[in-house]
Amino acid sequence: MMRYSALGLLKGGLDGHKSWTRAWRAPEPKARYDVIVIGGGGHGLATAYYLANVHGLRNVAVLEKGWIGGGNTGRNTTIVRSNYRLPQMQNLLELSLKLWEGLSQELNYNLMFSQRGALFLGHSDSDMTRLAERGDSLRCNGIDADLLDRDAVARLVPLLDMSQTARYPIHGGLIQKRGGTARHDAVAWGYARAADALGVDIIQNCEVTGIDIEGGKAVGVRTNRGAIGADRIGICVAGNSSLVAAMTGLRLPIESHMLQAFVSEPVKPMIDTVIMSQSIHCYISQSDKGEIVLGGDPDLYPSYSQRGIPMRIEEVAGQAIGLVPALSRLRMLRCWSGVTDMSFDGAPIIGATPVDGLYLNGGWCYGGFKATPGSGWLYAHTLAKGEPHPVNAPFALDRFARGALIDEAASGPLPQSR
Amino acid sequence: MFLIPCPHCGPRNQAEFVYERVEEAVAHPDASPQETIQALYTRANGRDFSWELWRHAYGCRGWMRLRRHRTTHEIAEVHAIGAGA
Ligand SMILES: Cc1cc2nc3c(=O)[nH]c(=O)nc-3n(C[C@H](O)[C@H](O)[C@H](O)COP(=O)(O)OP(=O)(O)OC[C@H]3O[C@@H](n4cnc5c(N)ncnc54)[C@H](O)[C@@H]3O)c2cc1C
Ligand SMILES: [Zn+2]
Repeated sequence: MMRYSALGLLKGGLDGHKSWTRAWRAPEPKARYDVIVIGGGGHGLATAYYLANVHGLRNVAVLEKGWIGGGNTGRNTTIVRSNYRLPQMQNLLELSLKLWEGLSQELNYNLMFSQRGALFLGHSDSDMTRLAERGDSLRCNGIDADLLDRDAVARLVPLLDMSQTARYPIHGGLIQKRGGTARHDAVAWGYARAADALGVDIIQNCEVTGIDIEGGKAVGVRTNRGAIGADRIGICVAGNSSLVAAMTGLRLPIESHMLQAFVSEPVKPMIDTVIMSQSIHCYISQSDKGEIVLGGDPDLYPSYSQRGIPMRIEEVAGQAIGLVPALSRLRMLRCWSGVTDMSFDGAPIIGATPVDGLYLNGGWCYGGFKATPGSGWLYAHTLAKGEPHPVNAPFALDRFARGALIDEAASGPLPQSR
Repeated sequence: MFLIPCPHCGPRNQAEFVYERVEEAVAHPDASPQETIQALYTRANGRDFSWELWRHAYGCRGWMRLRRHRTTHEIAEVHAIGAGA
């Protein structure tokens, strides 16, 4: 692997950028692998990297039906944080956040990981009670959380509407200073390049169309590029989880819903932290290019269309302007939508399936980008050892039948209500 | 965005409606524990047509079952349910 460095960049500049080599190979699929990961999003690529790097498994393939990172990895609003409410979620996402903190160096790839702080706004006394409770639970678990009063929020984000007539009155907030954003594409590319260097085959334009089962065990996959054998198969396809699982007759606790995001024209730096409101569901950040990145509620009914409803655009824009009136003069550049894998308790599923040799990583809903390194780390452990790591053991598929749900929002088994 | 032909009010903007759940998710009181788990926590979640329950929440408030395509949003059939159906 060609190492990237400042000196290399200088050299590239001098020779007209002719000396760069491919970041990863484009191999033909082999007849057999030790492990096949279905899905070349961030999670699948991270899984392959840790399989090779941590567990010494080099005969590994990632099969991607389109191009790597073209799914939700390349469509999300890139918010990274670990300040969840329930301890199981905290453990999972804090493991992930710790991996993020050293990842650019480890992968020798600039992920533009920026710990600019992730701020939840509180709009009422009851919001502030909830935020204080969450902050306490985080600190008890060794995770940073700072409760801010109204003045501290105003100092941190001077553009927020703090007036008496504000549409969304602000009483205070809770900030995780180690939270922030990262460049989504770079995460896929960085893991792909590092995994490839360790011998992992990353095979794009390779759609899995069937899973071969012999004597109750998954033994390989059918693809548009032929049949490929494997000892273990890991599904990692986000919004398409139900469709791939159905190839073996499995039904999952997942419904696929649309989530949209929006970016504005680029402007000078104006918002240097991630602003979120869980009461109105709007989130606002500014990309390094200067675009204002906005997101809000999912579309709240099942769909695979990858096209959002205009009603949501209006709603999110209204909320964003209500919070930061200065945004009203911006022109929006693009909006798009991704197929999110909404699970029935809002938490992901990482573990075995009833089919021997077949594993599932999915159900990340609208919040799996932040989990990319941790999810890959834990899934690699599970695939390599055939059993879960203690951190992902609670996230087993059979928890729904056992009644051991991990319901962060406490909103019951309906994906559209979270 | 699409139009939903409410059996009571005629075609109306989807924004007036609320998706409740798929019809297969209705758990019957006399079902076995296995069947109840299946209904509450598993879905076919296909890309094509499925029977769903929707409510005209910001209109007549009536419930309906409709057969909707999950990729094109085409609605092939709609039936009123509940009192007056
Ligand atoms: C608009 C939006 C905003 C979001 N914002 C945030 C955020 O701010 N913070 C956060 O933490 N999370 C966020 N998320 C969620 C996050 O993006 C996802 O949870 C995460 O990216 C999932 O990663 P992945 O690798 O599992 O999925 P993906 O990147 O979707 O990868 C799955 C891959 O599987 C491939 N695939 C599917 N079927 C097959 C098949 N049969 N054969 C081969 N390959 C197949 C797909 O082509 C795809 O590339 C957001 C999501 C959306 C849509
Ligand atoms: Zn009606």
